[in-house]
Amino acid sequence: MQQVVNGLQIGFVYALIALGYTMVYGIVRLINFAHGDVFMVGAFIGLYAIERCRLPLFAVFLLAVAGAALLAVVIDKIAYRPLRNAPRIASLITAIGVSLFLEYFTALRQVFGPNYYSFPRPFAVSSREVCGVELTNLQAIIFLTTLCCLALLYYVVHRTRMGRAMRAVSHDQVTAGLMGVNVNLVISFTFGLGAALAGVGGVLYGIAYPQVNTFMGVMPGLKAFTAAVLGGIGSIPGAVLGALIMGQSETLTAAYLSSTYRDGIAFVILIAVLLLRPTGILGVPRTEKV
Amino acid sequence: MTGVQRISALARFAAPFAAAAAAGYLLEATAVVNPYWVQIFQLACITSVSALGLNIIYGFTGLFSLGHAAFYGIGAYAAACLMKFGGGESHLFFLAALAAGAACAAFVALLVGLPVLRLTSDYLGIATLGFGIIMKVLFDNADSFLPLMGGARGMTGIARMTSVPWTVVILGIVLVSARNLVRSGYGRALVSIREDEIAAGTAGIDTYRYKLAGFVAGCGLAGLAGGMYAHLYTFLHPSNFDFFKSVDVLVIVVLGGLGNISGTLVASFGWIFLLEGLRVLLPPEYIEFRWVLIPALLIVTMLLRPQGLFGFREFRFFREEAES
Repeated sequence: MQQVVNGLQIGFVYALIALGYTMVYGIVRLINFAHGDVFMVGAFIGLYAIERCRLPLFAVFLLAVAGAALLAVVIDKIAYRPLRNAPRIASLITAIGVSLFLEYFTALRQVFGPNYYSFPRPFAVSSREVCGVELTNLQAIIFLTTLCCLALLYYVVHRTRMGRAMRAVSHDQVTAGLMGVNVNLVISFTFGLGAALAGVGGVLYGIAYPQVNTFMGVMPGLKAFTAAVLGGIGSIPGAVLGALIMGQSETLTAAYLSSTYRDGIAFVILIAVLLLRPTGILGVPRTEKV
Repeated sequence: MTGVQRISALARFAAPFAAAAAAGYLLEATAVVNPYWVQIFQLACITSVSALGLNIIYGFTGLFSLGHAAFYGIGAYAAACLMKFGGGESHLFFLAALAAGAACAAFVALLVGLPVLRLTSDYLGIATLGFGIIMKVLFDNADSFLPLMGGARGMTGIARMTSVPWTVVILGIVLVSARNLVRSGYGRALVSIREDEIAAGTAGIDTYRYKLAGFVAGCGLAGLAGGMYAHLYTFLHPSNFDFFKSVDVLVIVVLGGLGNISGTLVASFGWIFLLEGLRVLLPPEYIEFRWVLIPALLIVTMLLRPQGLFGFREFRFFREEAES
């Protein structure tokens, strides 16, 4: 039971990242490899906001969200938008390029630096027993923040004009454009929204696992992406479900089997699920018209 | 094309390879050129073989694979283990080990491909990516079931068997085979699957079997390249076969142009020599800018030429000739 709670902790962080992957994929069919690095930048913004500026936690989140969203919109404008009508693989390669660029550029001494940096805890960690499991205030913050983000996301996607435009573009980009939706704006907004969630995730990750470096986004990024595929890429509830499954499988493997196999198990589950349901758990099969 | 013409075309193609092999052998023996660069040249040849494999899988057949380095690794470890068990320094056994490494990789590709190739497009990419990460985890833990493989500490003490003639000759053979494959009925079937799988199926092509064949062949080439790699650097580490190495090969294939043999060849050499060349060109205090420049260059290239450097143009030998 204790391990399940620990698994939820990492699962929720993965969920925040996975949402960005799934929304972007749902709209432009692009595996945005740079997303994990946007998450990293979010964590570093959090680090500086806490350490240098001593901002309150809420302001830290706002700053990370704004920074990550701005970065993602700029990336979209420079690296993806010019290739929107090119073969899909071209923007995938630029995504890989952007990802490597962000990792190594920020690792320069003049930027963030190449070392591991310890992430300051903005509050003391204490734990309390709830229903027989130890729950730390850290975990409580992660759970609450993530749930708030999810609620907000649900509101944006299902209750606002922009959300309706997003769903329309994801359904059929050309037709949505003909109906007067500003497709480029919607795509930029989606990149920004996904990155904002990743920014929150980055700060939470930094607080929970207090060591950051510029390559920290790679593995969580890959796993969150896998989670999005597991749940059915393009589906928002699917991404959350997939991320929770990833978190559980990882923690439980590390706890009961062997931590060296931790990274492998999740992918075994992924392949098994894909074979049974080729479009993920909650994914809708796209039938090809002839 | 008559038989004589065909042979002369082959000879014209083979001549530069023979010359390169001989020249390389002399250079290696006399050590006129820095042995480091000779090694880089060999690495470029090996990478070309592996990239040609991915080009068959992705460029010609259209199967999105993000786990190419895993098969490269399987070939490398299999060949290295065999060579350690019984090879000593025998060149004949080295060839057998290379073949066995390639066969191993191909066999695993068959086992993986049987279920996984039912997936399409990006889902296939993710499944192969997952397979690549699983293999990396297995390599990391390999010492627990086969101490020889060294696990996360790496595998050491592999005989240094790969030499310039070997790499050049094998690359030449692979290039000719790839060209012939692509021009054959098999190759046409593969390309038709890439263009439109449903139409290909309607035209009577057993798409699943052909996809499997293309996947197995490409992974076999990766295994072959892996074996050569193992006996070039004499040291194997799981991190040589992780996700980033798969991405490297993918970048090479896309940069060269999908389904373009000349492009793959040029992009492999360009990529490897660019990586190493920047090491020399950049002043030591700016050496960490290497990986800032490379992705920037990659992004700019992709923005300017989304269809790859070569697009559909091929060198003369690889070009389709109009039937007369």
